[in-house]
Amino acid sequence: MSLHGHVAISCIGVRKQFVLRHTRSLKEALVWLVRGRKGDLSKKFLALNHVSLEVKQGETVALLGLNGSGKSTLLKLISGVLQPDGGTVRTRGRVAGLIEVGAGFHHDLSGRDNVYLNGAILGMSEKQIDEMFDSIVEFSEIGEFIDTEVKFYSSGMYLRLAFSIAVHTDPEVFLIDEILAVGDEPFQRKCIAKIKELAEKGKTLFVVSHDLDLVATVCERGVLLEHGEVVMDGNVHDVVGELRRRSASV
Amino acid sequence: MANPVDTLVKPGSGRGLLDVYGDRFLLKLLVRKEIKIRYRGSVLGLMWSYVKPLMQFLIYFIALGIFLNLEHGTPNYAIYLFSGIVLVNFFTESLSNATRSIVDNRDLIRKIYLPRELFPVATVWVSAAHFLPQLLVLIAACLFVGWTPSVLQIAAAVLIFVMVAVLATGLGLMFGAVNVYFRDSENIVDMIVMVVTWASPVLYVWTMVERVMGQWFWVYMLNPMTVAVEVFHWTFWEPTLKANQLVSDTMPPDLLTFWLPVSLLISVAILFIGQLMFRRLSVHFAQEL
Repeated sequence: MSLHGHVAISCIGVRKQFVLRHTRSLKEALVWLVRGRKGDLSKKFLALNHVSLEVKQGETVALLGLNGSGKSTLLKLISGVLQPDGGTVRTRGRVAGLIEVGAGFHHDLSGRDNVYLNGAILGMSEKQIDEMFDSIVEFSEIGEFIDTEVKFYSSGMYLRLAFSIAVHTDPEVFLIDEILAVGDEPFQRKCIAKIKELAEKGKTLFVVSHDLDLVATVCERGVLLEHGEVVMDGNVHDVVGELRRRSASV
Repeated sequence: MANPVDTLVKPGSGRGLLDVYGDRFLLKLLVRKEIKIRYRGSVLGLMWSYVKPLMQFLIYFIALGIFLNLEHGTPNYAIYLFSGIVLVNFFTESLSNATRSIVDNRDLIRKIYLPRELFPVATVWVSAAHFLPQLLVLIAACLFVGWTPSVLQIAAAVLIFVMVAVLATGLGLMFGAVNVYFRDSENIVDMIVMVVTWASPVLYVWTMVERVMGQWFWVYMLNPMTVAVEVFHWTFWEPTLKANQLVSDTMPPDLLTFWLPVSLLISVAILFIGQLMFRRLSVHFAQEL
């Protein structure tokens, strides 16, 4: 993994627009036609505009901004869940998200089955999961409950297992969205230590979080988004300072 | 989803069904999950896969075979009926579940990029897993009444099974993708499912249709499910008939030489169109769900 210096994520002039309201029913469409097509059938909202960003391999980037500034949208574009309406997004190597951990969990399956299912969903092969299995269970502190159905887990156990799978997927680029608040204090510390360990291993980290003190310790670079545009890109401490200044004046 | 480490690629642009083949491990897990949770918490469990089609068979057999006396004109009507029912059930179950599969998996699709074709394909595999026990019951019944199929007939049945799976996958991709934008799709599929049992010769024999449709009978034969059901009759029902029960019009004319290749072509074409539509529509799945 000594590919430092290569571009890991490249966004050029990215634009993303959402349609806020759709009219799908025949009745509404007819009424609209009869009334002489007054008003728009749909309302549009520009979530990202002219976002250009380059992340090198091994960089740790914090994506900062207030609610609704387009952080999660950008993360989804990078993971491939969404497609841009303009511009290009490109990534190098496998990208995996610690986005909404546990999205692939099924309540009626045992912890063991869910490790395999979720691992495969996050792009691991059967062999990788077999090798990592014990380590995943150990990190999650689930212990003997691994063969219990997930629906009987406490919410903490659930999140710990999901997080544990996600950090074991070993992709080149990690996307992390607001999941640092997992479990109790000791487990949180363990998670942060794990994320720092990943950063030291030369993984590219792309983190979205509102916990400014925390991201400042994990990341080196900060990118500030406001109303879908990049307004600042630099050292994380400077960007955090700028965000604090801006939000104080709101 | 394995990208070579040394190239920049656009995330979320897959190769459709080819990616599903590359992700067989995940497909296997998804299919296993569906089978595991289908009958969770039920006492009979997988037995329901036998009980439901047997009930359906009994209803048709009593109402049509006995009350309407179709049993009299058609020897081994029970075999005739059941071989059609199991195949049509496989098709309708595949299609209706595939249509719902994208919307049902919205939590996943909105958060993680996967080749989305996985979900409709997985539902077809799940239906195949429910089809197999029914097939065993059918084979047991056939053997009981003296079934002696040729190798060619067995091969034809296997081919038909694959063809129906292809057809259901193609239509499932189409209706599943459209269902994200217009939930009307589910209702259209419900109607198709209702019609299919009656639009192919499952309950009656093809000569009754020909008598009514006359020179337009070819329209009826264009339905790939008609051909599929007839080939199943040829494999499972025809070899159980005694020499004096075989008549010249047991099977429709040109079934294997002309209609079978035609329906294979139609099914492959539908899969192809389904994949094209799915790829175009899947770009905005995450934001429309």
